[in-house]
Amino acid sequence: MTGMELFWTWVAAFLTLSIYSFLYKDNPFYKFAEHLVVGVSVGYIFTINWHQGLHPYLFNPLAASWEHPYNLLRVIPLILGLLFLLRISRKYNWLSRFTIALVMGIGCGTAIPPTIETRIIQQTKASMINIIDQPSLWAGFCAVTILVGTISTLIYFFFSKEHKGILGGTARLGIVFLMVGFGASFGYTVMARISLLIGRLNFLINDWVIGTWNFIAG
Amino acid sequence: MMRRQVPLLICFVAGIVMLSQNFIPPLTWVYQQALEWARIISAIALFIGLISLVRVHTMKLKRKAANYRYSYVTLFALCYMIIAGFLTKYGLFVKLHAGCDTGSAWEWIVTALEKALNFQEIFLNVQIPIQATMFSLLAFYIASAAFRAFKARTFEATLLLIAAMIVMLGRVPLGQMIPGVKEITVWILDVPNTAAKRGIMIGVGLGMASTSLKIMLGIERTYLGMKD
Amino acid sequence: MKFLFFLLQMDRRIVFVLVALAVVAPLIMPLNLPIVVGDKVRRLYDAIDQLPARSRPVLVSVDYDPSTVPELQPMTLAVLRHCFSKEIPVIVTTMFPTGAGLARDAMETVAKEYPNLSYGTDYAYMGYKPGYSLVILGIGENFQATYPSDGYGTPSSKLPILKNVKNYDDIAIMVDFTASAAYEVWIMFAHQKYGCKVGAGVTAVMASDAYPYLNSGQLEGLLGGLSGAAEYEKLIGAPGTATIGMDAQSIAHILIIVLIILGNVAYFATRRHREPAQTATPQQGGSA
Repeated sequence: MTGMELFWTWVAAFLTLSIYSFLYKDNPFYKFAEHLVVGVSVGYIFTINWHQGLHPYLFNPLAASWEHPYNLLRVIPLILGLLFLLRISRKYNWLSRFTIALVMGIGCGTAIPPTIETRIIQQTKASMINIIDQPSLWAGFCAVTILVGTISTLIYFFFSKEHKGILGGTARLGIVFLMVGFGASFGYTVMARISLLIGRLNFLINDWVIGTWNFIAG
Repeated sequence: MMRRQVPLLICFVAGIVMLSQNFIPPLTWVYQQALEWARIISAIALFIGLISLVRVHTMKLKRKAANYRYSYVTLFALCYMIIAGFLTKYGLFVKLHAGCDTGSAWEWIVTALEKALNFQEIFLNVQIPIQATMFSLLAFYIASAAFRAFKARTFEATLLLIAAMIVMLGRVPLGQMIPGVKEITVWILDVPNTAAKRGIMIGVGLGMASTSLKIMLGIERTYLGMKD
Repeated sequence: MKFLFFLLQMDRRIVFVLVALAVVAPLIMPLNLPIVVGDKVRRLYDAIDQLPARSRPVLVSVDYDPSTVPELQPMTLAVLRHCFSKEIPVIVTTMFPTGAGLARDAMETVAKEYPNLSYGTDYAYMGYKPGYSLVILGIGENFQATYPSDGYGTPSSKLPILKNVKNYDDIAIMVDFTASAAYEVWIMFAHQKYGCKVGAGVTAVMASDAYPYLNSGQLEGLLGGLSGAAEYEKLIGAPGTATIGMDAQSIAHILIIVLIILGNVAYFATRRHREPAQTATPQQGGSA
């Protein structure tokens, strides 16, 4: 570890401990780190977007428009983008509607076919499999369980008719599947949160404490 | 007319053209152009975050609102990061180094400045530690919440609790040492979990497709700030 | 009974200390518990492993921000190491502006370990491009128009790795690392619209939601959370931070399970001894 690396490790450790100090109670160290990251983050996004987004998509093509006049067409999205920024103006924010409408139209139009294909057709197709073709009786049972679970879950979310009789029973079965699904999600969520803690404590122990010790010990 | 109907018409036409390009090959050029334009608009739209942040914090400073002094930290960090990003990108330090005598005090200053304004290092050692630590705080709160509130009060809650505990055990090496736990975990995830999530997914898919259609047809217009 | 009442009214900071100890102790004294590789991780490993050296590139998208680095960076590094060790060309990109630095850091970290491979020929960092789904769609139409330059500002036309990359047809497989639903957007557009194979590495929070896609074959494989990363590290024979963390993960999970059981035992055993009002709100103190 070089002296500069050690310096940055201490900066990172100080900020990590500042955030953890919130566990005791809110304090100036936490507030400092919280405000610092907002500024750093927005500054970072702005700079990356400028160099990696606007430069290749807008500035460079417009600068080359003498050779490629077709590039001048990019002035149109530039104007539309600037209109979008008027969203923060009280007087002229209605002008941003043109841009929002265009982007929403493009987004919706491009999303509808793949959404239907990905989330509805392919998922339905995956549930409708031939039980006889299954490699084992157990696999067949699992396939039927998935089919029953999918249908009953969908029925649980079907509110146009009162959940009574067969519909009510199926919806109740849907709740069973949903609870198991949510339980799985919760189990995984615990794992995710602990993983993040492990990452930070691993940094404090190995990079900061042991790293500093190794630097001093030479 | 200009404020209401025209935006709705733009949305409808853009949506129909994008939808049709899947079936009408000559529209591919329009589609490619639209993607390019929308990407440029997205890049410019990101400025709104910067403008809002500066506005909020300068207002706080002007009004001397509660904890207003921390706004200096935010604004300073913002400027520092932008300056660091531009200096690094445009190779200013390379030029400064070229003009320095080896071993001179000036070279030492330039080197120190270069290191303090290293855009990537600031990101790695300031932004990552703070953001990652903030999210890691949730580990403490989720443990505390599970202890205090996760009770087997009803059949459904018991089911959720059992599934959660099995998955928690089955995804870590220590739990996998218990015979059968790994297999049951895999079954829970592969079968009932898949069924439940698939049901939700199909429902959400239907919702997304219908909402997209409603937006295109101008039935749903709240995104434009219109109530009716 | 006193102990059970103590449990119900215990200061949450005691739980915080227990959680911290459960994580710190195994980090200082590792248990070296064995990692068992699951089939979802193996599927992604096999999909990459079967690619020949110098084949069509693998597209890796780093679609996460610093908040989930401890979970996702180890899996990104593991997949990159796998590709680099097999000399499979890699193109690294990101749809998140804050992912740009992470993608660059991951690629440069692994690249240092393989000095025989060169930038531009064997691997490339395309950086961030704004538009998210529009970029994913754009790659399907024209890669170089979507990425006119790489993340360092070098024109794409000067990168040999991109010479034969026109669209998804020229990508062997794309692997998305994300803490959001970004992998679904890749499935929706890159896979469903353009036929590109998609694999994913997601945070544990997202993992259970991805199973329907695995079942339907729309996802080639899945790395879920830190355990997914540790399993991949085991497959490539390069234990990293994920493997180190799995001991702590085990102990912390056991602690939380014990806490849940104790909480339930205390709640039900003391139910009759508490006032009706207390039964409804058995704990003191503020938020969880």
